[in-house]
Order: sequence, then structure tokens, then C-alpha cells
Amino acid sequence: MDFILQPWPWYVSGPLIALVMFLLVFFGKTFGMSSNLRTLCSIGGAGKYADFFKFDWKSQKWNLTVVLGAMIGGFIAVTFLSDNSVMDLSPQTVNDLKEIGFSNAGESLLPPEIYEWKNVLSLKGLAILVIGGFLVGFGTRYAGGCTSGHAITGLSNLQLPSLIAVIGFFIGGLLMTHFLLPLIFGA
Amino acid sequence: MKYLKFLLVGIFFGIVLVKSEAVSWYRIFEMFKFQSFHMYGIIGTAVGLGALFLWVSKKNNVKNIEGNTIQLVPKDKGYTRYILGGTIFGLGWALAGACPGPMYILLGTGVFSMVIVIAAAILGTFVYGVLKDKLPH
Repeated sequence: MDFILQPWPWYVSGPLIALVMFLLVFFGKTFGMSSNLRTLCSIGGAGKYADFFKFDWKSQKWNLTVVLGAMIGGFIAVTFLSDNSVMDLSPQTVNDLKEIGFSNAGESLLPPEIYEWKNVLSLKGLAILVIGGFLVGFGTRYAGGCTSGHAITGLSNLQLPSLIAVIGFFIGGLLMTHFLLPLIFGA
Repeated sequence: MKYLKFLLVGIFFGIVLVKSEAVSWYRIFEMFKFQSFHMYGIIGTAVGLGALFLWVSKKNNVKNIEGNTIQLVPKDKGYTRYILGGTIFGLGWALAGACPGPMYILLGTGVFSMVIVIAAAILGTFVYGVLKDKLPH
């Protein structure tokens, strides 16, 4: 049982993610998590403001069910399938993080410097989460997909648009990690 | 009952993404710093095996459970929306450390401040929908 409780290596996790994608395709659907954000807009009445949200959201109930399952899966994983080991991050990463003010990197999935309530409930802390979330939500719909739809499904299906989108993901991610995060958190 | 299989796939997805640490802000930082093979290994094997799955299914005319041939709807042609939208997404991904699947999974792990990120992502999607016709695609 130990190997289940320990972190799973990439060569186990990657194929299992491919299996998730394939199961959804086999069930006649597709692997695209960001579509749920549009569905949630429609449920909230966004169709009054833009035609983009006028569609039969009930046809997306299956995907909202996947979301519900994902939340339950997250709960199960940390509650029953974890040995609370510290992440095996690269020492260089831990060091780089220390330099911009992140201590104890890898002791939790998310940095308390960003996600702990005492940091969230400040103007800067709140702005980080709101801006981060907004960019993800806006960007993913503009690009027509996210990591699941473009990086996993689109690349597996050898689609050029998905390759362009993934290049975009990297341009944005590299800019943020190398230039903006040190400005936001450093000093 | 017909939703049970989607619930189970979702639970499996959530467990895999936590156990692989792909939902971790730190792993995404490390990936964009090119300091570990971990995330590249995950995405690489997922795409490699995914491509093999799809290729074999199409070649052998495998039917999905609805009895139709397996066929993914191709994305619209274009360049601008993918590179611009992708870059905006990447900025948010590396800042919040959560993309649209993991944000729900992380909420499930008990990080309740993630609700703010989810709400902001819904707002971002809404603003895109309103501005859609004014943006270059």
C-alpha cells in the first residue's frame, strides 16, 4: 500500500491522465475542464448579457458531474491516500523560492504565502487571487481551452491550434515566473 | 445512473492530479523554471499515450458507448486567439498555480480560499463572452 500513499511518479501519473481523457472520449464526450466556467456563467444568467452564454447548459451536466467528482477525488487523495510527505522539489527551486520570500516550499500543495487566509485577506493577497483567476478564466475561453482541452486532448489529437495555444501557455507562464513573480513577491 | 461514470472519472481524475502533485503551485513554478523533469514527464506521457489511444481507436474504427465512431471536433483554424488567449492563460496559471481542473480539486483538498480564484475565473470567462466580438480571433 505504501506506493499508493507516497507521491506518484510521472510515469504512473501521465498514463493515468491519458486514461481519463480516453474514458471521456469513449463515453462520447471530451476532456475539457474550462468549459465548465462557461456553463456556470450560463446557469448564473449570463445569457442576458452575451449570446456566447445562450446555450443549453443542461447538455453540460455530465461535465459538472466530473467537476463534482474531481472535488471528491481531491478530498479522498489528501484524507485517505496521503502520507503527508514533503514534495521532492528540485533544491534549486526551493532555493529560488526562498529568495522571493517563499519558505517551506513543498510542505503543502499550495504556498501559504498566497493561499492562507491571513495573506488572502489583504489588498495585495486578494488582488493576486482575483487577478490570477481572472486571467485563467479569460485566457482559457479566448484560447478555446485549457491544459486538459489543449495540452492533453488537443496535442494528442495532433491539432495545430492546440500547439499554438500551448506555446502561448508557456510564453505567459515564463513571463510570470521569471519576471513578474519576483516583482510581486520579492523585495 | 448515467452520471455515475462521470462522477467516478472525476474522482479518479482528482486523485491522480493530487497524487502526481500536478495541482501544486510549486510544481508549476518548478516547471516554468525548467528545474525538474516531473511535469514534462507527466504531460509528455499523457500526450504520447493519448495520441496512441486516439490513433489506434481511429485506425480500428472503435465506437464510443453511443455507437458512434470516435471523432474529436477539431478546433477552429486561426492563430491570434490561441497565442493571445494562451499567453493570458499562462500568466494566470503561473500566478495562481491552478488551471480550470485543479482549482476544483484543490477546493476539495480543503483550500477554501480557492473559491476566490474560481469566482474570478468565472468572472474572466464572463468578460470574455461579453467582449468576444470585439477581440481579434
